[in-house]
Amino acid sequence: MSEQTLTLDDHDHHEHGPAKGFLRWVFTTNHKDIGTMYLIFSLVMFLIGGMMAFVIRAELFQPGMQLVDPGFFNQMTTMHGLIMVFGAVMPGFVGLANWQIPLMVGAPDMALPRMNNWSFWILPFAFTMLLSTLFMEGGAPGFGWTFYAPLSTTYAPPSVTFFIFAIHMMGISSIMGAMNIIVTLFNMRAPGMGLMQMPMFAWSWLITAFLLVAVMPVLAAVVTMMLMDIHFATSFFSAAGGGDPVLFQHIFWFFGHPEVYIMILPAFGVVSEIIPTFSRKKLFGYHSMVYALIAIALLSFVVWAHHMFTVGMPIGGQLFFMYATMLIAVPTGVKVFNWVATMFKGSLTFETPMLFAVAFVVLFTVGGFSGIMLAIAPVDFQYQDTYFVVAHFHYVLVPGAVFGIVAGVYYWLPKWTGKMYDESLGKMHFWLSFVGLNLTFFPMHFVGLAGMPRRIPDYALQFADFNMMASMGAFLFGTSQLVFVYLVIKTVRSGKEAAQVPWESAGGLEWTLPTPLPYHTFTTPPVIEHK
Amino acid sequence: MQRFLHQFCITLAFLIPSSVYAAWELNMPRGVTDTSNTVYDLHMLILWICVAIGVVVFGVMFWSIIYHRKSQGAKAAQFHESTTVEVIWTVIPFLILIGMAVPSTSVLIDMYDSSESDIDIQVTGYQWKWQYKYLNEDIDFFSTMTTPKVEIANEQEKNPNYLLEVDNELVVPINKKVRFLFTANDVIHAWWVPELAVKKDAIPGFINESWTRINEVGTYRGQCAELCGKDHGFMPIVVKAVTQADYDIWISEQKATAQAVAAAANQEWSIEDLVAKGETVYQKNCAGCHMVDGSGLPPAFPALNGNDVVLGDIEKHMDIMVNGVPGSAMAAYGKQLSAVELAAVITYKRNTWDNKTGEVISPADVKAYMSK
Amino acid sequence: MNLSTPRGLVVLVVLMFGFGFALVPLYDVFCEITGLNGKTAGQYEGELASGENIQSRQVTMQFIVNKNDNLPWEFKPNDVQMKVATGERKDTTYRVRNTYNTAAVAQAVPSVSPSAAAEYLHKIECFCFEQQPLEAGQAVDMPLTFVVDPELPEGIDKITLSYTLFDITNSTAPASDPHKVKKVDN
Repeated sequence: MSEQTLTLDDHDHHEHGPAKGFLRWVFTTNHKDIGTMYLIFSLVMFLIGGMMAFVIRAELFQPGMQLVDPGFFNQMTTMHGLIMVFGAVMPGFVGLANWQIPLMVGAPDMALPRMNNWSFWILPFAFTMLLSTLFMEGGAPGFGWTFYAPLSTTYAPPSVTFFIFAIHMMGISSIMGAMNIIVTLFNMRAPGMGLMQMPMFAWSWLITAFLLVAVMPVLAAVVTMMLMDIHFATSFFSAAGGGDPVLFQHIFWFFGHPEVYIMILPAFGVVSEIIPTFSRKKLFGYHSMVYALIAIALLSFVVWAHHMFTVGMPIGGQLFFMYATMLIAVPTGVKVFNWVATMFKGSLTFETPMLFAVAFVVLFTVGGFSGIMLAIAPVDFQYQDTYFVVAHFHYVLVPGAVFGIVAGVYYWLPKWTGKMYDESLGKMHFWLSFVGLNLTFFPMHFVGLAGMPRRIPDYALQFADFNMMASMGAFLFGTSQLVFVYLVIKTVRSGKEAAQVPWESAGGLEWTLPTPLPYHTFTTPPVIEHK
Repeated sequence: MQRFLHQFCITLAFLIPSSVYAAWELNMPRGVTDTSNTVYDLHMLILWICVAIGVVVFGVMFWSIIYHRKSQGAKAAQFHESTTVEVIWTVIPFLILIGMAVPSTSVLIDMYDSSESDIDIQVTGYQWKWQYKYLNEDIDFFSTMTTPKVEIANEQEKNPNYLLEVDNELVVPINKKVRFLFTANDVIHAWWVPELAVKKDAIPGFINESWTRINEVGTYRGQCAELCGKDHGFMPIVVKAVTQADYDIWISEQKATAQAVAAAANQEWSIEDLVAKGETVYQKNCAGCHMVDGSGLPPAFPALNGNDVVLGDIEKHMDIMVNGVPGSAMAAYGKQLSAVELAAVITYKRNTWDNKTGEVISPADVKAYMSK
Repeated sequence: MNLSTPRGLVVLVVLMFGFGFALVPLYDVFCEITGLNGKTAGQYEGELASGENIQSRQVTMQFIVNKNDNLPWEFKPNDVQMKVATGERKDTTYRVRNTYNTAAVAQAVPSVSPSAAAEYLHKIECFCFEQQPLEAGQAVDMPLTFVVDPELPEGIDKITLSYTLFDITNSTAPASDPHKVKKVDN
């Protein structure tokens, strides 16, 4: 078994590049190839989920039903959520992890390269199954990405079974990927790199991976219970047999809340890499940043029922979850202050990665503020299931998670490909996205406060003006992503040669390697100097 | 000069009270109960605290963006940690949170105290309408959206209460504590009226409770707030708060109507009257799934035009109408529609579109079937 | 290669999957102990606290039914509201009629509001303890005997007990003893 660890003497003697042809990608165990596949998959899913958003915003452009019927609209909102969460954001971060983690810790590859390959290849199958439900009799699932019972059990279309299998597959992929990351980070750091010398991106993924390993199995359990209720006459979620629909919500959100931190922690890591580089100043408070990540992760396990404030929980439960949820603001605030302190009295430049990172800090914090408001249980009765919630999570997910992924791609693409992207196009992509997303999601705060519920295909007249604005913003934001697609393709095919360290003050092991990166790197572990 | 006028008009526009711009509503309503006002005040308090924190934090950041740029000649400082500072900006937010938690706790405790209610109303969510039952008054009715399909289909101009109007409103007296008991007939729904600050999930097989005491006479509109299927966006709530005197009048009217409905079932109905009434019943209750022209949306919602059961076996037709089809979206209308309404809609379906059975099903037939 | 990390993680994954399922009984236990969620316990066989320091007071009991499309039978409480003294045994009945033209078996599921009252409402005899088989068109009055615990917290003056009827014809064992049900000719 020892051949599978760090040094393979053969490789030092004859450097070979990747295999040729399509099968290279099917059989590859190389973390760079797998990272690329995850990122391309994530981008494709982002565009598909985006098209569903187009359908939603097109229908909501004006009051009245113009384009689709209400049942199909529910399928669009459901699939949009599932695709974005499980197909775009999560695989996007796994792609960044695959590329960067071995490079950042001086490892030649991930600890379990074949499992890494399986983790990726499950996904196209899972999502083909999920997307195919759109064409099945009864249509795709239309019960929201949160699939509450009994709407998702007794009252579900026949495609629900395929939905459950797709979720199982995605879960297995995530669990295997997370295990790989933990084993790699614990066992394959270069000698001399203690845990507290790891880059922040590695730390953020270490903690995210533990969250994944802990809660994806709970998601698997809850969809298995659904499957049993639907096909095997059990009554987990049906009062008829002594069960309880609210039980579904508890188990789902026990997974669901850590899941949203799974989607944001790696973005914190990316931003913690980018801001110091473009401030020409070390990250402020490295230790606090690590402890804050850990605190957020631990707290994320005990706040789940803040998604359920209207379910009729007794007051003791409501108060506990309100206090615990408010508490998460403390470590999150610490992180925001530390990023600002890194920039403060730095020497700032604003290349595209920095634009996305700074926008992240500001707009994620805006999402955080609406989160604090939502945490206040008695007021949450007015916000719950309205567009105020939709505004909140789109702020933390779009200029939050998505900008985190995009920032990472702009930052590391020159190193991966050896080619520099077009900075003007990058800035154009940024500004169009920034204006588009704010035009889309900021008005949603207003209509939500004014009384517009979520997941409705048509609305009362007083919500019309802001909805039109939101739809226009959505079209702008969506089409702006084509700039990014064009830019990535153009860079790969014909970008200018990039410097070995394209960013003046970038630190970290990945920048010590040649640009573009060789197919195999750190076949001999580097020596880490301690200052 | 033109530019000045332009600026002037814009400034003036901002001075006009926002109530004029109902279409550009920015905030939650204050509402008409003590609870809703307290909730509004708490909401504004938290909002302003967040704004203040944002101003400080973003202020520091924007300062850096302007004054600490390399292109302006800024040289990077070397500091990268400070335990003191970390402690300060951990403790201060923690204290702010405690400041927020105290009023939040007392408001919540108050909202949970539904004791000593004057009136109790059982609210049941159905796909896709509400049922209200006044305990102790023996008043029980359904409340279904009445926005015409032609408005939704953009064939007719939308009225001001588009999607927020119902046939039978929930009438309650002002200044009395009304306790609600929520449940659901099928999937989870949620009952929400923003101006009362009441929102509670309606869960099948369980009851939840909440309460309100309305201070002002008026009509307050809300919507279902939990995804419950196809027409989740089309099951509004309308609460009409009236004086005690008007409420008493309404109670006696309701009882009289109930008696009239029961009596109507014993009368003779002509086929024309039944078909006419049946069309109204169909539009309100059936057209959402089976379509105005009876073509349905197969396979989930069968076509009724040319349908075997509609053209054939009357027993089976009545069974489906009264008991629904468990396991499908077809609800049991036996408990939602009166004998007259059932007879009317059955007769309508059997004598409209291309269906021309010429058969009449009378309310007496329906009553006989239901008591077998 | 150090396999202890992957092995440990696999164990954690399996344990968390099991934890998901364990949440099911855990939730029930939690609800029963605390009475949260309005879930009432089963048949009451305990002893009520008694003595001079236990005051008896009047509370209002309300009886309602929740309709469910699963079983749209005629179902109503014969008493909608009654004043009871805590510690006093009371009886009431619910009337149910099978409106189908086939025999079926129903299960009544209770729910109590406010949920804080659930653990103080003791059901001594209840039709919800067992399945109710009914022939087509058959109607019965089903009995309920209950007592409100004198230790009911001060702030609660009204307790609402509701039942939902569910169709369990296809998932039942042989029908239970019909003698407990009082039949009424229709």
